[in-house]
Amino acid sequence: MKSLGNIRRSFAPWADPDSKPFISFKNITKKFGDFTAVDNLTLDIYHREFFALLGASGCGKSTLLRMLAGFERPTSGEIILDGQDIAGIPPYRRPVNMMFQSYALFPHMTVESNIGFGLRQDGMPKAEIAERVRQMLKLVKLEQFARRKPQQLSGGQRQRVALARSLAKRPKVLLLDEPLGALDKKLREETQFELMDLQQELGLTFVVVTHDQEEAMTMADRIAVMSHGNVIQVATPAEIYEAPNSRFVADFIGDVNILEGKVKAAGNGRIEIAGDDFTVRTVGDAAPAIGTGAAFAIRPEKLKVSRAAPADAAINASEGEIWDIAYLGDMTVFHVRLPSGKVVKTSMLNAQREVENPIGYDEKVWVSFAETAGVVLKD
Amino acid sequence: MTKWSRFNVASVALGFAFLYLPIVLLVVFSFNESRLVTVWAGFSTKWYVSLFNNQGLMDAAWVTIRVALLSATIATVLGTMAALSLVRFTRFRGRMLFSGMVYAPLVMPEVITGLSLLLLFVAIGFDRGFWTVTLAHITLTMCFVAVVVQSRLLSFDRSVEEAALDLGATPLRTFFEVTLPIIAPAVFSGWVLAFTLSLDDLVIASFTSGPGATTLPMKIYSQVRLGVTPEINAACTLLIALVTVGVVIASIVTKRREVQRQRDEHAAFAGG
Ligand SMILES: Nc1ncnc2c1ncn2[C@@H]1O[C@H](COP(=O)(O)OP(=O)(O)O)[C@@H](O)[C@H]1O
Ligand SMILES: [Mg+2]
Repeated sequence: MKSLGNIRRSFAPWADPDSKPFISFKNITKKFGDFTAVDNLTLDIYHREFFALLGASGCGKSTLLRMLAGFERPTSGEIILDGQDIAGIPPYRRPVNMMFQSYALFPHMTVESNIGFGLRQDGMPKAEIAERVRQMLKLVKLEQFARRKPQQLSGGQRQRVALARSLAKRPKVLLLDEPLGALDKKLREETQFELMDLQQELGLTFVVVTHDQEEAMTMADRIAVMSHGNVIQVATPAEIYEAPNSRFVADFIGDVNILEGKVKAAGNGRIEIAGDDFTVRTVGDAAPAIGTGAAFAIRPEKLKVSRAAPADAAINASEGEIWDIAYLGDMTVFHVRLPSGKVVKTSMLNAQREVENPIGYDEKVWVSFAETAGVVLKD
Repeated sequence: MTKWSRFNVASVALGFAFLYLPIVLLVVFSFNESRLVTVWAGFSTKWYVSLFNNQGLMDAAWVTIRVALLSATIATVLGTMAALSLVRFTRFRGRMLFSGMVYAPLVMPEVITGLSLLLLFVAIGFDRGFWTVTLAHITLTMCFVAVVVQSRLLSFDRSVEEAALDLGATPLRTFFEVTLPIIAPAVFSGWVLAFTLSLDDLVIASFTSGPGATTLPMKIYSQVRLGVTPEINAACTLLIALVTVGVVIASIVTKRREVQRQRDEHAAFAGG
């Protein structure tokens, strides 16, 4: 089998100007009374993509998914699926299936009948249904539970029945609303990889809703970060993490230090920002006007803490004082107080089991980072 | 367990005596040998035999059962529909008025319901008889069904229906294959309730019935005015038995679902 990593790396239809999106939201607005749940949102999703909608609770993720499934009607705008405007198509005729957050299993049917429900609606012959149900049970490893009722299953098993049921009809698109939300942490992590393998194996388009950034980063080809009914950034997990386009995204995904300052020089792909503690020299295509305020975002693991001043004069560096230390096992987090009083967060991987003379509280240290280690935020 | 004091025992006994002594007396004297309803003269089932030979009473019983079956069934359909629209379409105009109107007959004095129906039937020139009683009973019992079904629907997970739609079931098939089976116990309880209400109604039947459609309670009531016979006791005993069975079935259905659910959940945890 080809490794997942290789397939993944070569898969980037969004970067190809010739490829056509499979699902297009065009200027979608959804209002509930006076409340705007989705606000003039435009978004393209490609065939065979594993796409994640990520955002805090209440930002309109489920509403967006439900419009795609047909349970909500957009107030304005159009949704194109596989070249067809699906506005007038009722949910029971759409080639998409959904896995519900509550699983929504039919309590009066066995696991088998739950999985076969959609096939029976299509009038598939009995023998074929039985065969397909058997395949699906095998896929989710529930063969010995075929005759049980949903109430007789554990949470993880119910989740797999819900998944099998939504996959049984081989939909063009599978929608998953917080599919792993009800599972405990360990099971959730295992299931994330199972879902990824499944999506590759079946060659489907997955749109998954989650409020868990780690989950989105693990599974998705691309992530749309949402806030208040808007998409703030759509990009691959690496881009979202390494090159957030805004303060909101930088803050939402992982930990970040934001260094404020004024633009001192810009041009030729370089930007210089004068801040209180650092004069940040970094790379960047944007050419903001000299003297305007700018924010520079840098992740904790990209800040280096050392006792000695960095030898390379070109590197960005500032003195500071250790303020707090948190030992987390795999890494140690230092909070360093800079001369201006700002506290930055840095983290260091614990590559060795023991360190001679580790950095301690109240020590004077240097904080430094390379010029490509962070990004200038656009807003 | 708290200890039962004498006072507790006495008050429970008194309460039950108050409620059930008249009924027990009636049942006991239906097996009396003597024609006198208050003097015990030995055990006999002869009044049951003579009851089954009493054409008048048997006809009335047959009318009552037909009215009860038909009205309970139609009331269940209408009551379920009313409950669905009350729970599902929460924002249609005049919903408050509609729900108030569905529930009004619950507290409306039966005399008024009966009289108003009578006036209506007279006004539209509807000949009184089997059909008018049936219609009146539908009016009476429908709201009870609506209440029972509505309370079940309030705890119903809508996403289960959405899942059915999502998997390609039309709204109609979704109702019959998913919604109805899930709420079936409540619908059945509603039906049994409607059936028993119709079975023992006297007031509304008296207003809306006509010649040839005398129900059993009406017949019993009119005969009692001429004097109580053990035959009537026997008829009443059978009626009580029927109603009791109905109520017991309805509560067992409700209870069994609950027990089954708990057992299933137990099994799920144990089975892992
Ligand atoms: N049927 C509805 N009626 C009114 N408000 C709704 C309805 N559905 C969702 N909302 C509101 O829209 C917002 C977005 O909801 P949702 O899409 O479910 O958020 P989430 O991102 O958590 O999935 C929430 O504030 C919610 O209260
Ligand atoms: Mg949601």
